[in-house]
Amino acid sequence: MPVEEPQVRISIGSRFEHIDLIQVVVDDALERLGLDDDSRHWVGIAIREAVANAIKHGNRQNPDKQVEVELAIAKDQAIIRVGDEGEGFDVQAVSDPLQPENLLKPNGRGIFYMRNFMDEIEYSSRPEGGTLVTLRKQITVTESSAGGESTGSPGAENDSST
Amino acid sequence: MKIEARHERGVTILEPRGKITIGVGDVALREAVAEALEAGARNILVDLGGVTTIDSSGIGELVSAYTSVSNRRGKLKLVNLPPKVTDILQITQLISVFEVFDTVPEALASFDE
Repeated sequence: MPVEEPQVRISIGSRFEHIDLIQVVVDDALERLGLDDDSRHWVGIAIREAVANAIKHGNRQNPDKQVEVELAIAKDQAIIRVGDEGEGFDVQAVSDPLQPENLLKPNGRGIFYMRNFMDEIEYSSRPEGGTLVTLRKQITVTESSAGGESTGSPGAENDSST
Repeated sequence: MKIEARHERGVTILEPRGKITIGVGDVALREAVAEALEAGARNILVDLGGVTTIDSSGIGELVSAYTSVSNRRGKLKLVNLPPKVTDILQITQLISVFEVFDTVPEALASFDE
């Protein structure tokens, strides 16, 4: 993987009301990169889910624990990393929300959202403790557009089998 | 988020606007549905026309509301879905669970059937 410098780095206390701030900052950065409105919407939703999971399941809503968010660009990819200070979890143990027995469950769709709206998601443990989720999205800039544009509808190009 | 509630032809119509997301809009939706049920409503129509963003918690809250209303032998239906909300319901396969209508009159008429 190419080494990339973060374009944006934000650290927040674990409160849900801070999620809007992260989305605004990342959305602004992605708009400057030429990502179209639709793509920014779905990437924004995925980031919201990653940060919400970090606050809720990682840091257990302890406002003294931080959630760190980084946005970096490597070639034609936007890479978003969300780290928490929690005890980690087994991503394989998360059940499939599309199974009939899970369809009417109120919880358990956050990772599913991320898998659908991003090209790749990866969970790892941080050396200093906590969980790091890495989200990747291809950015395709067209030559005919000054601003460029990127991938389109949610789930169209992604593996939604989990 | 403030959710407007009105009554038409025996149906409680809830109109959330903006974001139904974790910690804010999802709580407002939960409270609005609970309040309607508390007031004796059996049939609830959620008008999503003003919703800009719905995250997994917001979807979870819609599912909870659907279950709560169904458990009381009532019906909860959806109307005026913005395209992005329709996309989410399709991806989560909840489009097969909810009854969805394009207009409020159509939705209201369906409660009479």
